[in-house]
Amino acid sequence: MHELGITRSVVSIVGEHAQGRKVLRVTLEVGRLSGLLAESIRFCFDVCAQGTPVQGATLQIVDVEGRGHCSACGAEPELAAPLARCPVCHEPTLRVVAGTELKIKEMETESCV
Amino acid sequence: MCVVCGCGDGKTTIEGEAHVHDHDHDLARTHTHADGTTHSHAGGPAGAQHDGPEHHHEHEHDHDHDHDHDHDHDHDHDHGGHGDDHLHSHARAPSGTPQVPGRDAQVMALETAILGKNQLLAERNRGWLAGRKVLALNLMSSPGAGKTTLLERCIGDLKGQVEISVVEGDQATANDADRIRASGAAAVQVNTGSGCHLEADMLGRAMKVLEPPRGSLLVIENVGNLVCPALFDLGENARVVIFSVTEGEDKPLKYPHMFSSADVLLLSKTDLLPHLRVDLARMADNALALNPKLKIFPVSAYTGEGLDAWYGWLRGELAEVAP
Repeated sequence: MHELGITRSVVSIVGEHAQGRKVLRVTLEVGRLSGLLAESIRFCFDVCAQGTPVQGATLQIVDVEGRGHCSACGAEPELAAPLARCPVCHEPTLRVVAGTELKIKEMETESCV
Repeated sequence: MCVVCGCGDGKTTIEGEAHVHDHDHDLARTHTHADGTTHSHAGGPAGAQHDGPEHHHEHEHDHDHDHDHDHDHDHDHDHGGHGDDHLHSHARAPSGTPQVPGRDAQVMALETAILGKNQLLAERNRGWLAGRKVLALNLMSSPGAGKTTLLERCIGDLKGQVEISVVEGDQATANDADRIRASGAAAVQVNTGSGCHLEADMLGRAMKVLEPPRGSLLVIENVGNLVCPALFDLGENARVVIFSVTEGEDKPLKYPHMFSSADVLLLSKTDLLPHLRVDLARMADNALALNPKLKIFPVSAYTGEGLDAWYGWLRGELAEVAP
């Protein structure tokens, strides 16, 4: 359940940027290879937001699929785990190019305090 | 836990660290003057005026209260903490894209790394360690893989050659730090409370208590867990995962993040191999599929088998950090 701590960070970062304004929406980008479950973040969000300027805000999570690039055969397979061995040519030349994202993309607040 | 107010429940505690309150203890203070008079002041925040009833000091003395208020106000203003993540505040026109309908709203593109603060503190630790020429290893495994046992063995074997100090992370108890101290190394216990991993801030605080000497090895024994510790950079030089031969060949595939971010894999408890039906080659191969650069050392803390190769790697790393 490290998602609880992560969600707390989200609420605290967003709260800081809100500068007293009420937060209406928070958009996160969570890659499938980030080691975090979007569902768990969702589960924790309302609890963490309670009593903060983020309370009641809509949580949007942009899901990013995992993708690798193989420098040997050029394949760009979809990945469910951060593999280094290419599932196509079996060389250890695969690099993860997408799916490790873990960031707050955007937030929306009321215009005035 | 604070003996005055009980604060600290569920929070991180670091052995040997001065206890810092970020609140006032609103308690009545009783003190005894040099002439033997004892009286109490009404409670109130620190620095409150003495305007309590009947408080006439008719005896000669200077008010030299020796309260040792060791309030370490560590104001950590991380204004620069956004790394590449700049805050752009775009006050959009009402026609702006994904707004909540019917409200006068403002959208901010943050692009902020959620673990950015930990990352910043990890880099600070890295600088602190590099300045002292200390080699720091983040030791991770599932509970019971043999982290502490292997460490005890290393401390004994390398006595007089490599100075070792240890930061012990556990949710509760100082048992592991006690074991490490008994084997002859300095140790500080970090209790994470409900936390399932160490974070850079905890290591930063523990290192300052421990003060590892120049040219020494600092081992950070993370909380036994193959999931969360992988996500948190502490500022270490290398990540070492201990994986015992009893854990099953496919464990690397089940916990890929831990294995893909590691530098060294110690396959522990090899003395048990005669009793197991485990394919060591397959075990190693599963780890290498995630991380081909992984250096694998099969070791036994009981028989000492394989430890020389591991110590060779350690000495090489130490020579690089502190030539």
